[in-house]
Amino acid sequence: MDLDMSWMAWTWQTAFFFGAIATALVIMIVWTSLKPPVPTLGILGIETTPGDRLFISLLGSAFICLGALFFFGPPLWWALVACVLYALAVFRWV
Amino acid sequence: MKTWNNKAWFMVVPVVILVAFSAVIPLMTVVNYSVQDTFGNNQFFWAGLEWFNEIVNSERFHDALGRQFLFTFLILIIEIPLGVYIALHMPTKGWGRPVALVLMSLPLLIPWNVVGTIWQIFGRSDIGLLGYTLQLLGIEYNYTQNTFDAWATIIVMDVWHWTSLVALLAYAGLQSIPQAYYQAARIDGASRWAVFRYIQLPKMRSVLLIAFLLRFMDSFMIYTEPFVVTGGGPGNSTTLLSIDLVKMAIGQFDLGPAAAFSLVYFLIILLLSWVFYTVMTNIDKQER
Repeated sequence: MDLDMSWMAWTWQTAFFFGAIATALVIMIVWTSLKPPVPTLGILGIETTPGDRLFISLLGSAFICLGALFFFGPPLWWALVACVLYALAVFRWV
Repeated sequence: MKTWNNKAWFMVVPVVILVAFSAVIPLMTVVNYSVQDTFGNNQFFWAGLEWFNEIVNSERFHDALGRQFLFTFLILIIEIPLGVYIALHMPTKGWGRPVALVLMSLPLLIPWNVVGTIWQIFGRSDIGLLGYTLQLLGIEYNYTQNTFDAWATIIVMDVWHWTSLVALLAYAGLQSIPQAYYQAARIDGASRWAVFRYIQLPKMRSVLLIAFLLRFMDSFMIYTEPFVVTGGGPGNSTTLLSIDLVKMAIGQFDLGPAAAFSLVYFLIILLLSWVFYTVMTNIDKQER
């Protein structure tokens, strides 16, 4: 059977993007199965697990990138650095 | 000792497959489209962040987003208090109770496009009861020409369609309050307002949060009803986010910008849903 996937219009950049998210999810699954997560209370005043913190990191990063596009325009390399710092801060303090 | 069984995860496999086909694969495709340009025939050209840059800096998107927030804000400040007010005055026993419940449920059973059609005809000054009556009273009303009239029509239409959902949820919350609370309030000589403020409102809080969340999300994604009534006009005055998105994707066939638009729209909904979900679950935890 010839499975034509051209309608999905894959590019290596988007494949890498989804691959990175899938890898993060797999790492999270392995991590939480080896060491069951204990929800912790962070600076937001809500209990979060590592999975919650990954979600907050990804969602926040998306808005950091949109904000950077709005205020400064492309390219987004500095925004990407800000996203990494933001994700580290979320995993440390949220 | 092993306290849980991983085999249960196999039970969710069908749902995972279904969600993959109905949501994940389309979402991946939209992400792929958002960084490319196409003229059809499955030919795509790399555009990078161009469409996202165009959307977040576009006045058209800002205007539609502003109109969307205004619409959602207006219907929430009307529907939530009105729904609570109706629930407080609905009969709790006797023949009036089932009659009220059926009447309140009726608007919820009507499909969105039918609601739009009803209000489109209802508001016409030549054959519609509302438009004709307003004209007889000497009130200038034309939802196809006047921005205020168009907004008033779509707001009243949404209130008519969805307030009963809030009322029914609030009513269910009120029914769950044990009579002992009211008896205690009577013994203490509590006023009607004190009963509402200190007994009914706190007990309704969970259902009202659900009602608020449902109405917020639904109104933020609304498309059919305002599209059928005003088509986004006059001009672009009632062009909400979803109407603008459909115009861009299907009307103009700008798949790249429309995909970037959808993703920004999706991210806003995701953020707000997460905020509401977090607030709701934390309030529940505090109550426990």
